Amino acid sequence: MKNIHDYKSESLKTTRQGFGEALAEIGEEHNNLVVIGADVSGSVMTSIFRDKFPERFVSVGIAEQNATTIAAGLALSGKIAVFSTYSAFAAFRNADQLRISICYNEANVKIGGGHSGITVGPDGATHQSLEEVSFLRTLPNMTLIVPADYNQTKLATKAICEMVGPAYIRFGRSAVPEFTSINDNFTIGKGDIISDGNDVAIIANGLMVWQSILAAQELDKIGIKARVINLHTIKPIDVEIIVNAARDCKCIVTAEEHQVFGGLGGAVSEVLAKNYPVPVEFVGMPDRFGGSGEPDELIEKFGLTWQTIFASALQVIERKNNLTPTYKKVTDIKYYNDFKIA
Amino acid sequence: MEKFEFSDLVFENSKKSIDEYSVITKEIKRDIIKSLTLAKSGHSGGSLGISEILTVLYFGNYMKYNPKEPNWSERDRFVLSAGHLAPVLYSVLARANFFPPNELSTLRKYNSRLQGHPGLDMHLPGIETSTGSLGQGVSIAVGMAISDKVIDNNKRNIFCLTGDGELQEGATWEAAMAAGSLELNNLCWIVDNNDCQIDGRVKDIMSVYPIKEKFQSFNFNVIEIDGHNYEDIERGFNFFLENAKSDKGKPTCIIATTFMGNGISFMQDKYQWHGNPPKPEQAIQALKELE
Repeated sequence: MKNIHDYKSESLKTTRQGFGEALAEIGEEHNNLVVIGADVSGSVMTSIFRDKFPERFVSVGIAEQNATTIAAGLALSGKIAVFSTYSAFAAFRNADQLRISICYNEANVKIGGGHSGITVGPDGATHQSLEEVSFLRTLPNMTLIVPADYNQTKLATKAICEMVGPAYIRFGRSAVPEFTSINDNFTIGKGDIISDGNDVAIIANGLMVWQSILAAQELDKIGIKARVINLHTIKPIDVEIIVNAARDCKCIVTAEEHQVFGGLGGAVSEVLAKNYPVPVEFVGMPDRFGGSGEPDELIEKFGLTWQTIFASALQVIERKNNLTPTYKKVTDIKYYNDFKIA
Repeated sequence: MEKFEFSDLVFENSKKSIDEYSVITKEIKRDIIKSLTLAKSGHSGGSLGISEILTVLYFGNYMKYNPKEPNWSERDRFVLSAGHLAPVLYSVLARANFFPPNELSTLRKYNSRLQGHPGLDMHLPGIETSTGSLGQGVSIAVGMAISDKVIDNNKRNIFCLTGDGELQEGATWEAAMAAGSLELNNLCWIVDNNDCQIDGRVKDIMSVYPIKEKFQSFNFNVIEIDGHNYEDIERGFNFFLENAKSDKGKPTCIIATTFMGNGISFMQDKYQWHGNPPKPEQAIQALKELE
């Protein structure tokens, strides 16, 4: 395992590019893979597949409910049906269709939820989907993946196309640090341990994995060894990796670009409550809508940063040691950018 | 309860006379009455109302299927978008020999393959998709038609039936838009136009009229038929099969005028029978009327 300080990001790349390229590549191997477009094919980069395999690309217009059920119909006809649009419209407007036509039918449909989270940026709150994980992970038969960077999105996209059954992959618009390799092993339902440590476990997904690595590097400088876990698959959840982390570290921080309720933090807490309860701090969107701004400004404003993870780690370690936290309670703070580490 | 036993009659899918159709429809309607009475819940009126249409579709050689090989790759498919009309579909499938007719006695019961609304997870032969949330089935049918026509360009046809109240669901019009735009002439969309929904008359609750002009404007070939007249139903399906022959063309919409509860005097055209089963004494009377 690499030393935490060996993790470096040389470049930035978008996760959506990983999604789009993966479809175009895997489309060569599977001639029954069909992609459905709902007017934003360039944005979610299904346009790469469209240009390569126009005969297997179906455009249905701005009609996400129909796109979802049409995908089910294609899947029930033996196709691997892929539908992608912004997460803001790929999980809620079509929620009933996802529930009945895809999940109840166990239809072999893959949903690509693009432009997810606060980092969609200037489009503002309407387009910043921060709630969909909570719904999607309650759907029986659904597989749900939130990859961390370009390479992992590519691997994850191929992995969900190789499996049979409904799956949702959540990715973003902005370029994010690259730190995984295309040669890494990717297994659905198995988290990746990025660094070893027994003082605190940081369980993250999406772009918050990189922030967790930065936090762990800073924690290491003050003698705290953090176990960073990239829990890219939210469903089926990796119970073993969570319980082992709880047993070894006795406290956990979760970090995600999603509301603090019902997402990764909720999923991890359910596992802990049943198997090995330990104190948990949650880093995520603090129960509010976003707004316009550049991604960097927004993650700063709402505290989706390594600094918040760092502070939450110190706080949860104090809770573990039954000490009164000296740090302000993160969830009480109106905006995280007011938050200063003591 | 011996009155509510099921015969083991099965019927072939072949050209039929009106009298032969009539025998089958009566058997199907008896099944509906019996299975719903045993279930003590379910949707009587609409199920009875489309019995003639499904009789012709499944037993008049208009749809290719093989009950002994339900997943036959060349079969046509039927999607009951109005999933609450499951009792008539189950009866038709049983009478077409997909599964033993006595299984109709398990409708809506614990562990039954005959779920209240069709569920693909129960693996009942002949069921192509789960339906029940209105507006979704027809869009699935459009997806199937795209698969066959646009992607594979084979000769399979997709039949789908929606209610008229179901047209109030906005998603049905997304499906219509796609079917018309993509020229899915392998799609036959039957609208069960009984003008009844749970709360009353469709035209009073929220009018979907004019239906014909709406579908025409979505690039459909539309034909209006009497949904209880076998010759007229055949005319509708022949119209579709003619449309489906050409390489490109419009999807077909068959608007079938029907009566909820058709054939049972005390149910006929009464929207109150949308979601209720007969009581045993009502069932006995209904079965008498179906002799």
